[in-house]
Amino acid sequence: MSGAGPGRPLAHWQHRLAERGVDRQLWLLVPALVFVIALFLYPFFYGLTLSFQPTTGGPFSDYARFFSDSYERGTIWITLRIALPAALLNVLAAVPIAYRMRGRFRGKRLVTTLLVVPITLGTVLTAQGLLNFLGPTGWFNRILLASNLVDEPVRLTHNYWGVFFSLVITGFPFAFLLVLSYLSGIDPTLERAAATLGADWRRRFTRITLPLLMPGLATTFCLTFVLAFSVFPSAVLVGNPAGETRVISLAAYQAAYEQYDYPYASAIAMIMGFVELVVIAVVLAARSRFYTGSTGGKG
Amino acid sequence: MATTTQAPPARPPATSTDRRRRIAARPAAWIVWGVVIFFFLNLLGVVASVLVSSFGQRWFDTWLPDGYTTSWYARAWDEFALLQVIVVTLEVSVLVVGLSLVIGVPAAYALARRSFPGKRLIFLVFLLPILMPPITYGIPLATVLYKFGLAGHMSGVVLANLVPSVPFVILTMTPFIEQIDPRIESAARMCGAGLRTVFLRVLTPLLVPGILASAILVLVRTVGMFELTFLTAGPDSQTLVVALYYSMSASGIRAQQSVDAMAVIYTSMMLVLLVVALRYVNPTQLVAQVKDEPEH
Repeated sequence: MSGAGPGRPLAHWQHRLAERGVDRQLWLLVPALVFVIALFLYPFFYGLTLSFQPTTGGPFSDYARFFSDSYERGTIWITLRIALPAALLNVLAAVPIAYRMRGRFRGKRLVTTLLVVPITLGTVLTAQGLLNFLGPTGWFNRILLASNLVDEPVRLTHNYWGVFFSLVITGFPFAFLLVLSYLSGIDPTLERAAATLGADWRRRFTRITLPLLMPGLATTFCLTFVLAFSVFPSAVLVGNPAGETRVISLAAYQAAYEQYDYPYASAIAMIMGFVELVVIAVVLAARSRFYTGSTGGKG
Repeated sequence: MATTTQAPPARPPATSTDRRRRIAARPAAWIVWGVVIFFFLNLLGVVASVLVSSFGQRWFDTWLPDGYTTSWYARAWDEFALLQVIVVTLEVSVLVVGLSLVIGVPAAYALARRSFPGKRLIFLVFLLPILMPPITYGIPLATVLYKFGLAGHMSGVVLANLVPSVPFVILTMTPFIEQIDPRIESAARMCGAGLRTVFLRVLTPLLVPGILASAILVLVRTVGMFELTFLTAGPDSQTLVVALYYSMSASGIRAQQSVDAMAVIYTSMMLVLLVVALRYVNPTQLVAQVKDEPEH
């Protein structure tokens, strides 16, 4: 297509490149590449090098400082303790519900539309709503008190549970819609074939649907986990940001914007990214052991 | 073979008998629906308590407020300078949508149509900003933007929000581009159209549905994006979410109800966007890129 230039050697290398699929059309990629290099890769590596240039001490002293201080080191565990159960619950609860709703039925569009609402509410508004609703004088506790289930208001805000519920409210619809789209991608004739061969409901689910769904579930878990792991506004607003919900993103934020120690903040951000990638790598490694053919496991 | 097992009968009767039997016999179905209804009831409680509180005069230890008023909205409007905040939110969103489309659509075209060495690597690089939590790259990014004097006002907010938006445009546009028959472009090239003409006169009109879909998705995500805006915004470049966060974390100073009123304004803005978005896109596209449509 391109490269019938006048100069013979010029045409030669352009031709050879074009045969391998490199020609002028690839210039279309350049703006996006420049953009991703300038605004994502460069800042990332800048942060990485900055984290090895602490204000005091040797190259690794900011990392040593993070891991030697139990208040800081504990943020990793606090974050995982919130994010892993929340992501797991969201994915596991989404499976039976999506399985039940995978066919066509009246009101399906309404249900999916309603489920999109909490995603658009965002964490900040969910936090505000949870404070009102689950607070000591909120409707939830009033109902519990009025029905004599408890004697005094249950404390559900400004602690672990407030953050956990906020992650479920924003994360569950997300997980549900993803699982639903993966489930509808599985060919229903496979299950009908199994039914003809005499498999009951339980066997059809465990032997046909679940194995085909596993790769999708792993992807869903990863995406939900990323959302839950970077929990920040709700940890401050409905959690207890000085204690049991002092998550790692909060530690990074405080280092950068309250202590103005950018090398230390970068070091925490790098640790955070590393921990998150380790979890995702473990999940994806497990995922690669499942069938990822064309029938069901899209993605 | 088909003697003992229930062979699947024709489709319409199967669904109707199926449904009747489910309602009668399966406790599992009732549990599932019960969980869904419980979730929605709590969700309703969360949203309604904000809404009721924003209209309530005084609401301390009762089921409902003592009286109702709309004065909190006027107070929130003045106290938080909401007009300016909304204008900033709209300016940022429009800029982010426009720029991410201009940068992302050509790249999506190249990635959808061509195969070349290093394509998988480039694709991975575009995927990374979506896979990483915003705080992880947001802090180094904000540091760099501050170093070049770009953060603290609107350009920094727009640049930071572009980071997840451009990959998102690329991912949502790719299936739309793959649907277009490449022979149409070849025909246009045969008739003498250059790449620019093919793009502007042939591809863009065909891609309007895809461009609308990804524009709306980016708009929803930008209006709702908290972390990146929070890290890069200055006092006069806050978007609505960030202003809401600041008013909440300083809620001791201000009346709870005016914060609620602000939250309701934010929600109604998001709901309008959502209703518009759902006219053009499948709900599953709001959460992730759909590689191929589930039902076709």
